[in-house]
Amino acid sequence: MSDAHAEPTAEATWQGGGSPFAVGHKKLGMWLFIVSDALTFGALLMAYSYLRVANDWPTPFDFYPAIIFSSVMTLVLLSSSLTMVFGVSCASKGDRAGTKKWIWATILGGLLFVVLHSYEWNHLIHEGLTPFSSPYGTPLFGATFFTLTGLHMTHVAIGVVYLAVIANGFGRGKYDAEDVEVVGLYWHFVDLVWMFIFPMVYLLSTKV
Amino acid sequence: MATEVAEHLEVHRHPEPTNFWTKYIFSIDHKVIGIQYIILAIVAVFVGMALSLLVRLRLVWPDKPIEILGTLFPVGAPEGVMTPEFYLAMLTMHGTMMVFMVLTTAPQGGFGNYILPIQIGAADMAFPTLNMLSFWTTFVSFVTLCAAFFVQGGAPIAGWTAYPPLSALDEATIGGYGQDLWLLSIAFFCIGSLLGALNFIVTTLQLRAKGLTMMRLPLTVWTWFVTAILGLLAFGVLLSAGVLLLMDRLGGTSFFIPGGLLVNDIPIDHTGGSPILWQHLFWFFGHPEVYIAILPGMGVTSHILATFARKPVFGYKAMVYAVVAIGALGFVVWGHHMFVSGMSPYSGFVFSVLTMCIGVPSAIKTFNWIGTLWGGKIRFTTPMLYSIGFVSLFVTGGISGIFLGQPSVDLFFHDTYFVVAHFHLIMGVAAIFGMFAGVAFWFPKFFGRMMSEGMGKVHFWLTFLGVYAIFGPMHYLGVIAHPRRYAETTSVDYLGAAGANEIHYFVTMAAMITVTVQCLFLINVVWSLFKGKRVTSDNPWEATTLEWVTATPPAHDNFEGRIPTVNHGPYEFSVPGAPRDYVMQCNAPDAAPARKSGE
Repeated sequence: MSDAHAEPTAEATWQGGGSPFAVGHKKLGMWLFIVSDALTFGALLMAYSYLRVANDWPTPFDFYPAIIFSSVMTLVLLSSSLTMVFGVSCASKGDRAGTKKWIWATILGGLLFVVLHSYEWNHLIHEGLTPFSSPYGTPLFGATFFTLTGLHMTHVAIGVVYLAVIANGFGRGKYDAEDVEVVGLYWHFVDLVWMFIFPMVYLLSTKV
Repeated sequence: MATEVAEHLEVHRHPEPTNFWTKYIFSIDHKVIGIQYIILAIVAVFVGMALSLLVRLRLVWPDKPIEILGTLFPVGAPEGVMTPEFYLAMLTMHGTMMVFMVLTTAPQGGFGNYILPIQIGAADMAFPTLNMLSFWTTFVSFVTLCAAFFVQGGAPIAGWTAYPPLSALDEATIGGYGQDLWLLSIAFFCIGSLLGALNFIVTTLQLRAKGLTMMRLPLTVWTWFVTAILGLLAFGVLLSAGVLLLMDRLGGTSFFIPGGLLVNDIPIDHTGGSPILWQHLFWFFGHPEVYIAILPGMGVTSHILATFARKPVFGYKAMVYAVVAIGALGFVVWGHHMFVSGMSPYSGFVFSVLTMCIGVPSAIKTFNWIGTLWGGKIRFTTPMLYSIGFVSLFVTGGISGIFLGQPSVDLFFHDTYFVVAHFHLIMGVAAIFGMFAGVAFWFPKFFGRMMSEGMGKVHFWLTFLGVYAIFGPMHYLGVIAHPRRYAETTSVDYLGAAGANEIHYFVTMAAMITVTVQCLFLINVVWSLFKGKRVTSDNPWEATTLEWVTATPPAHDNFEGRIPTVNHGPYEFSVPGAPRDYVMQCNAPDAAPARKSGE
């Protein structure tokens, strides 16, 4: 038996005593979480597609307000990904103030998304759309709509809290650049999911 | 950047806990968590066995009053006679208990948790706190499942697969909260398993000791690793499906409830959903789940066969590739559970061919197990017997799988006892034998005492013969078209004429004896804990992998700060020219002349 500790190394190695991808545990863990969460969303999107094909699906969304509104939401969310990139970049350069600033910009984008989305939900609920009834046709429209966007919004809300924790901790030196990168991965993933939900739930249901 | 990654790679050394709560209850030590999982599984397995006995009793004596049941379950068994709904509830809970709380927890969460970090030379899992949370989430899931027995309406009756519309509509059942609790329990279970799977993958990739390449990993580690990948990809889908079904039950949606449904002449106010959609989502999880249950057993078997045959595993690389192939194919065959649900013949054909493909890696594994035994200096210890039993059960249960993978044959067999025999042998009993082998093999490492070989051997033979006596005749029941899931068939003419009643009687008797014999296992565990022979060395089996160089039982951080360097493959037994008949993985590079196998 050797007395030497397994020396950690920053080089990628499959030989043991290091990381095969030269990443920390948290980053690899987040990638794996993203894979599994992608399957969770994938299952819902599959179920939605299955039911959409099997039913006479309504296309109730007017160009204004629904599509304009959801496009603005998309723009906000995508912009928040950009600010996140700046945040990660600052963090890797050791610029703590800059990182904090950009993460807070990201949080603002996320919050704006949640507010806009709640407004949109409110509007639809006023029109009579619920998970179990729909003024437009099959009640499954409401069921799938609220399930998909609801789960996504939950992810955004969790992301906002997660970002705030990291921004605060990074400023105080509790977290380092990799922690910022890891929260960035999560945030980009939440955006990416929206890039599936937006066309499949909104654009495909535009009134023509 | 370099130092940052280095910091992240450091094993999270946590101080040794000092009080009872942090040491044994909310412990973040993977060894304690492993034992917690195993205890949970042992409790669940005895509950599950008791339920199966009720099921067996109902089948043989459908209208005979059993007084104690009347007292315990005044609604489910009025005056001691089990109602058909009660039978289905017991069946459902038996399946759920066994599949989730036993077959998924013990092999992976139990043995994997305890042994994997030690076998790869790590001080703990990559995320110790997450590990603790995984267990406690699973525990909450277990308690929630048990609560389903006691709520109004009783336990759910829709089977462990919870097929809608039966599982979705209260109109179709007695109603109540049983099914809701079941779904909540499964949702918790998914979350616990996902966290665990993530942890296992990161640990295996990141924390291997120096020199431990992927192709030097013990096969146990390989199977836990692949099982974790399956869990990571499968449980998320079940989580989604479970949430949708829960919304159907509580939120008034109709994801899985079709329109125009009449239940007991009551029109159901739902439209547009599809019960088949549930089956797709469920089995996309459900088939990988079968491998989640069995793969760790394969790993343990390979490991133990090599150790007690004193030979390297025959075809180590082929074994690794076979495990990976089985895991990958497991995700593209879910449709073979749905041949009778209505499916395009073309889809059925594709699913059938892919299913047959799994026969190839499975056959490779079986061949290699026999190749490992061939010409070995076999030591017939108790763990070795269980492992050989595993191979036997795996072959018997696997062959009937080839039958069921053909749509044309499956159309006849699907809803018969043939399927019951098939999946119990391969996924239930074979996996359980893997666990028995694991307990007998690692018990000296866990507790520093050997288990009683005498009791172990008696238990092995009685259980081995017992399970064949239970499930062997069920193949015949399937061939005579005996439907499964039915509470009462004693007065069905064509079954009685073919001898089904006598067979049920025999099977029930065999089941009662086999269940009783399991108490012997429990007695053996308890007796050995206090009276077992103390081990005289850290490596009583003369095995090669890293868990046998640690103290017995291992110290809090496993290697007392001295992580070994690995210089050898995992199964270097009987190396020509070596001083002993085994070379441990951490022995000096020149401890054995270089050889290809296991590298």
